[in-house]
Amino acid sequence: MSTPADVAVSLRGVSKRYAGRAGRSIDALSPIDLDVRAGEFVSLIGPSGCGKSTLLRVVGDLIAPTEGKILVNGKPAHQARLDRDYGIVFQDPVLYDWRTVGRNIALPLEMLGWDRARRAARVEEMLELVELTGFEDHHPWQLSGGMQQRVSIGRALSFSPALLLMDEPFGALDEMTRERLNIELLRIWERSGCTVLFVTHSITEAVFLSTRVAVMSSRPGRIAAVVDIELTRPRGAETRVAPRFFELVTAVRGRLRGAGAELDVRDEALPDEALMLAEEER
Amino acid sequence: MSSIVEPVPPGTLRLAGRRARDWIPAAVVLVGGVALWQVLVDALNIQKFILPTPTEIISALKENWSTLRVRGVATFEVALGGFGIGAGLGALAALFLARWRRLGRALLPYAIAANAIPIIAFAPIFNNWFGLLNPVSKMAISSVICFFPVMINSLRGLTSVHPSSIELMRSYAAGEAATFRRVRIPSSLPYLFSGLKVATVLAMIGAVVSQYFGGSRTTSLGLFIKENTAEARFAQAWAAIVVASVLGVALYLTVALIERFVLRWHPSVRGGEARVNDTSSGRTKGGGG
Repeated sequence: MSTPADVAVSLRGVSKRYAGRAGRSIDALSPIDLDVRAGEFVSLIGPSGCGKSTLLRVVGDLIAPTEGKILVNGKPAHQARLDRDYGIVFQDPVLYDWRTVGRNIALPLEMLGWDRARRAARVEEMLELVELTGFEDHHPWQLSGGMQQRVSIGRALSFSPALLLMDEPFGALDEMTRERLNIELLRIWERSGCTVLFVTHSITEAVFLSTRVAVMSSRPGRIAAVVDIELTRPRGAETRVAPRFFELVTAVRGRLRGAGAELDVRDEALPDEALMLAEEER
Repeated sequence: MSSIVEPVPPGTLRLAGRRARDWIPAAVVLVGGVALWQVLVDALNIQKFILPTPTEIISALKENWSTLRVRGVATFEVALGGFGIGAGLGALAALFLARWRRLGRALLPYAIAANAIPIIAFAPIFNNWFGLLNPVSKMAISSVICFFPVMINSLRGLTSVHPSSIELMRSYAAGEAATFRRVRIPSSLPYLFSGLKVATVLAMIGAVVSQYFGGSRTTSLGLFIKENTAEARFAQAWAAIVVASVLGVALYLTVALIERFVLRWHPSVRGGEARVNDTSSGRTKGGGG
């Protein structure tokens, strides 16, 4: 199958089934088709257990799908991972406490074999991008949760990947910090020109950020609807009070209801379970 | 635009002050305890063979100082050698078992079972293997005793890394070696050090107790205790115990000091107050903007 050059992520018939206890199996994802064009910002939203985090990990080749074909930048997902085609941000910042902020951001650059001077220059750029200039020599635990997550974003973008995978990156932050970081993320996205695949359980966050919102339903996880978000850009605080914003939020909420989703369920049980199983397999 | 919240500066001075305040009550207890011991032994007329007074122990220490010093140093060398060999092998074994998990799963039950063996029971056998007068026979006991806490703690540290940390390394296409070097080993260090600290104490116990089973008299704190007790010179025996204790504590503190330096970044060392939480950063922003 040939993929047009402007498709960053292409999923065809991607499914995931876990072997459960006592011969039962868990369908995490039923066959999913999705194309994300280069430069798009696509959110995956859905209830607990709909497999949105699993889908993100399948794209990142952190979990192998049971069936289906995944192309990232036109390459099989495995090759894309080996080529370091994407950066990833988790709900937890996953910063290493024994490293300073600067050395955390430089971690992927070390893995890529960049020399010291080049690393230092890029770290400086990234700190500027995420507005943490001057915090290079601090340790992660000296920063607030929001600042830590900005470091994590800086680290993910430090090697200029074409694709950014984000797994509920602001889920653990308070509403104020989250809204501020939403605006910053849009600015960073517009500046870097990368493609973003964003997992969230917040409807307003998904609508505010995205070019398209993929609404997922649970057990087995599938994409129930894709909503185009044609709000004007740049988006800012005023976007959140625009009538069109509310209409789109209502539309997404309607699709979630239609998909039988229970809202306000915070944690996604499946990925943890899935990770444990994956760990056991290894 | 976003305002940046200043992080709390690392309160090193405050921490030092708090540590000094923690010290004083303990020092008072030490001095008070020793004084109480002295007074009670005199007042209740407790027999010497049951418990000598601190002053008697101190004068025994002075009288036997040259002997105790030589024997103390020799015993400390045994403990240190046993600690080094046992802890080193324990850490290596943990790396090995963590790297090859399947093999680890096959071997670990036996390691845990072996841990239940009272190692000191091997002292006469090790004397037979390595020679009664050879300090290696005592060092072997110490090292086997040190091996297990270090191995089991390190293994737990190496394998209980947060899954996202491993996923992050996988996203960089990192191999096992890089993942160990950059994530598993650094994040296992707090576990390693708690194992090492337990091992320092065990090393000294292993050295002294294995000496009870015979060896070179001129280098043995254990034999000094045993022989003086047999001849009812209890203050001398207590003096040797004091020497062994001080050496044990010194070994422990040395490792604890190294830990403080190596784990500067860890919550147990840096204290828990340095971090600004999310709510305060959100509130600051809300108030300012």
